[in-house]
Amino acid sequence: MLLLHSLCKRFRPDAEPLFSGVSLAIKPGECVAIMGESGVGKSTLLNCIAGLETSDGGRIELEGQRIDMLDDDAWALVRRKRYGFVFQAFHILPHLNLADNVALPLWLLDIDTATARARAQKMLDAVGLGGRALDAPNKLSGGELQRVAIARALVHRPAVVLADEPTGNLDPDRAGEVLALLIDTVREVGAVGILVTHSRLAAAQTDRVLQLRRDGLHSFDVTGA
Amino acid sequence: MIRALLRVFVASLLGRRLAGVLSLTAVTLGVALGLAVQIIHGAALDEFGRGMRLLAGEADLQVVGPRAGFDDNLYLKIAQQPEVRQASPVLEIEARLPGREEKLRIYGVDLFRVARVLPMLMPVAEDGAGRLLGLEPGRLFLSAAARESLELANGDLLTVQSGLRETELLISGSVPGAPAGQAFAVMDIASAQQVFDRIGVLTRVDLRLAEGVRRDDVLEQFAARLPPGVTVRPPDAGVAESSGLSRAYRVNLTMLAGIALLTGAFLVFSTQYLSVVRRGRELAFLRAMGMERALVMRGLLLEGAALGLLGGLLGVAAAHGLAALAFALVGGDLGAGYFAHVTPSVRFMPGASLVYLALGVTAGVAGAWLPARHATAQVPAQGLRAGNDSELLAANARWRAALTCIVLALLACLPGPLGGIPVFGYLAVAFILAAAVFGLPGAVGLLASPLALSSAVLARLARARLTAAPGQVVVAGAGVVASVALAVSMAIMVGSFRDSVDDWLSKVLPSDLYVRASSSVASGYLDPEAVDRIAATEGVARVVPVRYDSLRLNDAALPVTLIARPTDGGDALPVVSRGPVMDDTRPRVWITEAMADLHRLGIGDHLALPIAGRDAYFVVAGVTRDYARQHGAVIVELNDYRRLSGDHLINDLGVNLAPGANRDTVALLIRETLGDRVVEISLPAQIRAISLEIFDRTFLVTYLMQAVAVLIGLFGISTTFAALATSRSREFGMLRHLGLRRRDIGRLLALEGSLTAVVGVVIGTFAGGAIALVLVEVINRQSFHWSMDLAPPVGAIVGFALTLVVLAALAARVSGAKAMRGSAVAAVREDW
Repeated sequence: MLLLHSLCKRFRPDAEPLFSGVSLAIKPGECVAIMGESGVGKSTLLNCIAGLETSDGGRIELEGQRIDMLDDDAWALVRRKRYGFVFQAFHILPHLNLADNVALPLWLLDIDTATARARAQKMLDAVGLGGRALDAPNKLSGGELQRVAIARALVHRPAVVLADEPTGNLDPDRAGEVLALLIDTVREVGAVGILVTHSRLAAAQTDRVLQLRRDGLHSFDVTGA
Repeated sequence: MIRALLRVFVASLLGRRLAGVLSLTAVTLGVALGLAVQIIHGAALDEFGRGMRLLAGEADLQVVGPRAGFDDNLYLKIAQQPEVRQASPVLEIEARLPGREEKLRIYGVDLFRVARVLPMLMPVAEDGAGRLLGLEPGRLFLSAAARESLELANGDLLTVQSGLRETELLISGSVPGAPAGQAFAVMDIASAQQVFDRIGVLTRVDLRLAEGVRRDDVLEQFAARLPPGVTVRPPDAGVAESSGLSRAYRVNLTMLAGIALLTGAFLVFSTQYLSVVRRGRELAFLRAMGMERALVMRGLLLEGAALGLLGGLLGVAAAHGLAALAFALVGGDLGAGYFAHVTPSVRFMPGASLVYLALGVTAGVAGAWLPARHATAQVPAQGLRAGNDSELLAANARWRAALTCIVLALLACLPGPLGGIPVFGYLAVAFILAAAVFGLPGAVGLLASPLALSSAVLARLARARLTAAPGQVVVAGAGVVASVALAVSMAIMVGSFRDSVDDWLSKVLPSDLYVRASSSVASGYLDPEAVDRIAATEGVARVVPVRYDSLRLNDAALPVTLIARPTDGGDALPVVSRGPVMDDTRPRVWITEAMADLHRLGIGDHLALPIAGRDAYFVVAGVTRDYARQHGAVIVELNDYRRLSGDHLINDLGVNLAPGANRDTVALLIRETLGDRVVEISLPAQIRAISLEIFDRTFLVTYLMQAVAVLIGLFGISTTFAALATSRSREFGMLRHLGLRRRDIGRLLALEGSLTAVVGVVIGTFAGGAIALVLVEVINRQSFHWSMDLAPPVGAIVGFALTLVVLAALAARVSGAKAMRGSAVAAVREDW
């Protein structure tokens, strides 16, 4: 369970908060989409949840443990063990083959090579790229690269998967396919999924859609006009 | 169009100041070092030549002989030749001054003739006393420089030494025509012959030729009329001789500077390469906007040229500063001892400056060439695609090219020198360096493979990065390879050389004490009576007398040194090779390696030596090592020399002590016997220490050049990693999202930097070892004509390599700090 309680963020102490009163509870296996106007702080909220930016008020709890007070190193450890990320620009390392790219989080956790390889292969199978484990990333299309990124985000069975515009660089057909894969896999591993997107179509595939405003998160109906 | 190129391309240099400044520094240093060597030697040679020309006066030719001189009857014969209008005899003495450190060059001249041929040597007596005052025995006339350095005035007495005898000369006037800065004295030739026991001996005759007589004709005709060992030459031949002696040293230093410049070109290459990779999208955009491929190429080359030009201009300025500094600190011969007593000053050399400026521009353009080609080969559409800036620097293994270069290097080792310069040896060095650079991409995989054994994530990432992008190692490591190869080769060569010199010194200095009245070129010597007295001193078991002279074997060659000493059938000499000699009818000689090379002599060959005006015939019994005389020496058994020359004087005397004798006591007894002021007594350890100090001073400049080259190589790693770290900021941001800490990224960069350095150092060390072999076996043999035993300073090389790897890791870590400072969030944002 991921709990956000009255999170607040401002960029300068004397400035108006970017957002405040952000509260949210997401249970394992649930996938939530966060939408909002440009500049409202969707990505900033995601970064606060990941400990990449500090919040200026409120609490974050993961599986009953408060984590918003952690220092930089402790956050790194939390991200290593408990978080998975999917980026708009994929960020697949060009000098690693697909299997190694997927195994990277396992390497960071000191999981032995054979196990890491087997789990990476399994994840690649799951995203439909099992036969291309040894390929270099430059041989893949954008959609395929994002599948690899999804495999990498989930291979170490994280508690939270954060995806910031994961389909922003993909065409609509590929976007739907990749998103379905991401949400299904998040549910399958029982992780908490948070998806930041501008796309109503993408948001509609998640369990819950929320809109970020200055005063917090609000339910949002993507089917409405 | 030029304005567009300058705005679009050259202005981009301002946007990458650190890399630009480091490239600029590298080119500046390369140009500065190379030009400084030329300026220093040019100025020293000019000054030396100016002195010689001024002192040659109006002479058209000079008749010269061995250092010991020749019979003055020859002067009468020469003066009577119809081609000769005026002849002026000279006895040149390097007088030892007891109680003083310095020596004084004294010209004994015929006061009635000197004015017509060498007016600047004309002495003027004090207070308008008559010209005939100079004819009085014991009168000495000093040039202004000599008067100043010796702090003497008219009426003072100056003690000079001849053999072991001291004589006082009266300072009686000046030499107003003496060139500024030239310290010497003039006296009547008869008086000089008497004071220095050289009755009937001349060392030179200066000639003015009759009207209409061609100098070349006389050179040819006189060669046949002069006795063996005496030759006629133009007055400036001495300059050419000195130039020839120092040329090999000068060329060696120039080549070292060339490698520093080459390292600079590698640095321009790496910064330009990284720059075009980072600017891939910008360049693709320019192409899409309609800029032709050729224009992009020209623009990128212009960037390199601008760097080279600016570096060259700064280098030319720095070279003049370096030259001034060198003159102040180590002298005009850079400590090598070729131009003693010469005090040159820095002059602007427009020709050489232009050449080095052009070399700077060439280095810049050459460095920019491959990156420009790479950039223009890109398809614009590809470059415009998002994410293309994370392109891996590919490089293919070029084993075949490397192998070809190695074969070419081996072949280049075979031919002899061209005009005394080991051109092909230097070519072999260039081929080895090229082979090393070609071998770099292939070596990356080999050297990074041990990392596969490690499961540590940083090791895995570093290995994956380097093996997938060997071009990164090539770009960052090429400069390291060149500088390490240079440093390692010089370390091996200089280490082996020093070791061999040390070994040679211990072989040529077997006695317990060495006694001499002065250096062999000066006026002190030991006569047989003095030798007998030393031999009879209590505690002395045996004395080993040595006599030196210089001989001219033919008109063209430089004079060779004659060493007459007991040889014990060669056992007393540092023999390199010996063989059975069939001819028992002639006395044997031992020749040095330089003599064997320069005069194309081998064991069993016959050799004519002009001793006492006659050719004496010898057979070569063996070849010895000699690091003191670059132009060659021949060692004759002392008894043979005495029999042939009638000369029983001695320059150096080795003293072997009786068992139990105290060295200090014996030295004291000898000083008491011969007089403390007139003899120099040295211990072998002192001579060895002084010799090695001179050796180290000679190579000081090369050490400095090596340090500069290594520094430039480290610049290469630093700039490459700074640029790479910036271009990889998204990768680092993603890794930080995955849980790597900032310091982990720093460690990753340090690991990659050290791995790059390991590859560069390993390849550079192998290349350096190969270059050292070329230096020892080809370049030194052909330049200086001496061999040496290989003695690589393994400990120092390993220490150097480890230091470099650590420094490279630090350089990479520090250079990447800027990229790591950025927010992980900003790094992964697509729209930043």
